[in-house]
Amino acid sequence: MSSPTTTSAPPVDPRLLRTATAVRTHLLVAAACGVAVTGLILAQAWLLSRAIAGATTGTPFGALVPLVVGVAVIALARAVLSYGAEATALRSAARAKSQLRMRLVHRLAVAPPDPSRSTGELVTLATRGLDALDDYFARYLPQLVLAVLVPVAVLVVVAEADWISAIVIGITLPLIPVFMALIGLYTRARTDRQWRMLSRLGGHFLDVVQGLPTLALFRRAGVVAEKVRDTTEEHRRATMGTLRVAFLSAFVLELVATLSVALVAVEVGLRLLYGNLDYATALFVLILAPEAYLPLREVGARFHASMEGVAAARQVFDELDRPGTTRGTGTAPPQAPAPAGRRLVVRDLRVRYPGTPGDALHGLDLDVRPGETVLLRGPSGAGKSTLLGVLLGFVAPSGGQVRADGADLAELDLDAWRRTVAWVPQHPHLFAGSVADNVRLGEPDASDDAVRDAARRAGLHAVVARLPQGWDTPLGEGGARLSSGERQRVALARAFLRDAPLVLLDEPTAHLDPDSATVVRAAAADLLAGRTAIVVAHDDGWDAVADRTTHLDPR
Amino acid sequence: MSARTLTGPWSLAATVLRPRARGVLGGALLGALATACGAGLLSLAAWLLATAAQHPPVTALSVAVVLTRALGVGRGVARYAERLVGHDAALRALSDLRGRVYARLAATEPIHRFRSGDLVSRLVSDTDSVQDLVVRGVLPPVAAALAGSGAVLLATALWAPGGALLAAGLLLAGVAVPALAAALSRRPAERAARARARLSTGLVDVLDGAPDLIAYGATGRAVAAVEHADAELTRTARRDAALLGLGAGSGALVAGLTLAGTLLLGVAAVDAGTLGAVPMAVLVLTALAAFEIVAPLPAAAARLASVRAGLARLVPVLDAEPATLPREPGLTPLPRRGTLRVRGLVAAWEPAEPGSRTVLDGLDLEVAPGQRVALVGASGSGKSTLAAVLFRFLDPVAGSVTLGGQEMTTRPPEEVRTVVSGVPADPHVFDSTVRENLRLAAPRATDHELAAVLRRVGLTGLAPDDEVGAHGARLSGGMRRRLALARALLADPAVLVLDEPTAHLDPDTRDAVLDDLLTAAGDRAVLMITHDPVVADHADAVLTLRDKTLHIRDRAGRTAAEPPLYPAPKA
Repeated sequence: MSSPTTTSAPPVDPRLLRTATAVRTHLLVAAACGVAVTGLILAQAWLLSRAIAGATTGTPFGALVPLVVGVAVIALARAVLSYGAEATALRSAARAKSQLRMRLVHRLAVAPPDPSRSTGELVTLATRGLDALDDYFARYLPQLVLAVLVPVAVLVVVAEADWISAIVIGITLPLIPVFMALIGLYTRARTDRQWRMLSRLGGHFLDVVQGLPTLALFRRAGVVAEKVRDTTEEHRRATMGTLRVAFLSAFVLELVATLSVALVAVEVGLRLLYGNLDYATALFVLILAPEAYLPLREVGARFHASMEGVAAARQVFDELDRPGTTRGTGTAPPQAPAPAGRRLVVRDLRVRYPGTPGDALHGLDLDVRPGETVLLRGPSGAGKSTLLGVLLGFVAPSGGQVRADGADLAELDLDAWRRTVAWVPQHPHLFAGSVADNVRLGEPDASDDAVRDAARRAGLHAVVARLPQGWDTPLGEGGARLSSGERQRVALARAFLRDAPLVLLDEPTAHLDPDSATVVRAAAADLLAGRTAIVVAHDDGWDAVADRTTHLDPR
Repeated sequence: MSARTLTGPWSLAATVLRPRARGVLGGALLGALATACGAGLLSLAAWLLATAAQHPPVTALSVAVVLTRALGVGRGVARYAERLVGHDAALRALSDLRGRVYARLAATEPIHRFRSGDLVSRLVSDTDSVQDLVVRGVLPPVAAALAGSGAVLLATALWAPGGALLAAGLLLAGVAVPALAAALSRRPAERAARARARLSTGLVDVLDGAPDLIAYGATGRAVAAVEHADAELTRTARRDAALLGLGAGSGALVAGLTLAGTLLLGVAAVDAGTLGAVPMAVLVLTALAAFEIVAPLPAAAARLASVRAGLARLVPVLDAEPATLPREPGLTPLPRRGTLRVRGLVAAWEPAEPGSRTVLDGLDLEVAPGQRVALVGASGSGKSTLAAVLFRFLDPVAGSVTLGGQEMTTRPPEEVRTVVSGVPADPHVFDSTVRENLRLAAPRATDHELAAVLRRVGLTGLAPDDEVGAHGARLSGGMRRRLALARALLADPAVLVLDEPTAHLDPDTRDAVLDDLLTAAGDRAVLMITHDPVVADHADAVLTLRDKTLHIRDRAGRTAAEPPLYPAPKA
């Protein structure tokens, strides 16, 4: 259902205009098409009125044929123009959507999205959400151009032909926006209040459908089912009350537009009767009069349909304008590690996340010798994952320092630093691609042998042997589903392949059953040998792997 | 509805619209009148001018003058009335359909659908699409057919060849062009959907896999993959734009050529003396104005296609069978407190379907009054299926579930839920007051009792009159969980089943909620279903669900003082 709420949005979003170059090109094309269409409308009216008047006054058929041919040529021209305008509008829309989408993707790749948005929501926004811009480009913008050009052109041409009719049109035409604004002003407070109530009544159904399991559990589903119809009926009555007011502005638009044409027709007809006007001019004015109002009516009708796309574009802009996390600015290359692994020195490290009251890490000191494996323990919220985040360059410390082989982490080139770190996260992501591609995540050029060797050491080869297409089995969305333990083995294989001097393990066995945990732990022990490592783990069995254990206390 | 199976989306549409036929027809008539006023105004004005050009006495025009003004007013009034009547019929049809859908949902309890929030909100918007069906799908074509017939009748009355030409033009523009546009857009829509699916996959990888990508320096490659998919989608869309523009172009061509043809025939007939100058003028201007009648039809055809898809998704919901068989109430009432005992439980979703998978196979479990048992397991291991069986959302394939020795799987769900209750996965907080949300569980509870239960779950800051907002948006995540818990306590069951009681909570809140929860549970048997190992720390016993059954058998009989065996307690 249309929701004729009054929106104060500008007809063309300046951000949309600024950012997508495709939009500017499109506006130029739309303006050019608009000028051409306006010219064709005027020419068609002139040809029609001449031909009809000529036939009436007895002009021979042969003399009228060029006029008729002219009308047919205009029909062809308008068809070609309307085809071309639609096709170019859709092409521009495709380009503009692509530009917006890629800006969003580049942004999201470096800065995590607004945490209140789910991945699904963002993906929908970037695909189907932006697709709604098609209507905006192909229907609304061209009509907006016409709504500016056509009334002015018609007024000028009619004034040339018959200034009295031009005055009638010139007076009634501005009445439309004036009346609509007045009605909008008069009814806005009322409709706004009603729409809020309506959205609540209308949301009731969604609320009770989403809450059905809860209602059923408390034996209320049957009672609610009987009430759903009543609530919707109440919603209908309230909506109709609102619509009676909301449709008023459309009513005035139609009324003024049609009544003005009637006024022009009668006024022209009477002057024609008394011989103050010739037939051809009278017809010319009559044919043009509705054209002056048509684009205004159309643009109003298309406004709401196009707003969905504009709203999607606005969400993209909001995401782009959101302040992001600071990126590392360091440029120094990391030191070559000692053969035994990295030496890490953490001094008075403090981290506070924006918008939270306390420190996530408060003055941590930690020394890790080359080749040493340190097991980090501590309750949730003690900052274990935060420390790993700092070491990976995901989290910027708010105080203190981390030194790797003597170099301050803050001054290092983060990309180069990360190439020397292998990370096994709690929930490794499997990407759309084959098993082998997933293992190659960090080393895209690794040979098949290297991948197989890493997989064997991670205990992944047994998993691959069970998969339907072996190494080529697709994973990720729509691909084979791996259990948590199997995913961890993919992550371990990635770490083996990376062959880094520093290894970070974040709760690698937290969700695994004991048997899988044992397999993963054994593979991890193999990985950690001869490297510096920090292991965050809640569960048992890691003490044997670690050289020592450090407890982290919350704040 | 349950007695009869719907055959498809259109039979559903017919069922819903039949009682509203009067409103739909009224709206269509008013719509036709509005369009006819617009087109008729130009025909009448043409007659007025053509007659005036012959300088008759002014009285000859007086009726036409009055009628012209009447048409000028009539169009706006009829359009306004059409919108009100049409929307009223649409909203009444919506009310019918919502009632029907909800009654069916309440009767069948298709809980497995509710695991995906997307599925549920799509169900609601599919129901809402019946409004579109009436206002944008049915009214415009019916109104156009009526008004178009009127225009053709007028033209035929003036001059039969003119009428025939106009009829052909209107049919082409109103039926053939929308059909052509729909046919042309089908393949591009499929191509776009395929390209969009590849793009979505890439986007999910970039968004969900961001940390892995950054850590392994693979962001650039993943973004490049998205860029590639985007370029392909854009290329497809740009190529298909040429195809989609044909609809708009052919519409304009038919209208323009019909006008030119009418002018040609009319002028020739006047020259030949077989047609008067006045009807010729009326005919030509009618042909000019008449195509406004069919202008909304391509959009209506596209709208009908999407409405059809929405209604088609509703058909299986309305044809669904309940997941539990109808049962007679038990002869003896279920005890108010007792030991929950599960023996040899086998469960599957839609066991009659060919592709059905057994989720639980031979599960045994025992929870005594006052005992807190945690059930852990990977996602997909069947934890929520067990909850669904205990809540009687699902009949087991085999096995028994008893409370104090009384079998529950043969009793009606409503009866079992008086003694087994709790917090389902993703408990819903309704857009209402705290009082209404709590009274779901105990309709006769006094404010005093509500305040008491709010205290027990640590929600002293909330008053019964407080509004909670849609989905409890005015409450924090912890407060929403506590409210759901308060509701479960008010129901006063013998067995509290808590499905992921601490999902989406930060660690501090999680610990506080768990402590309050387990204190408030008192002498009830408590089963906590979770994948969070920390929740397990709060339990007397921890069971792991794996390979469709419990990996470590129940430890019923152990007292709370003994340390659990797995996982080991933290220092």
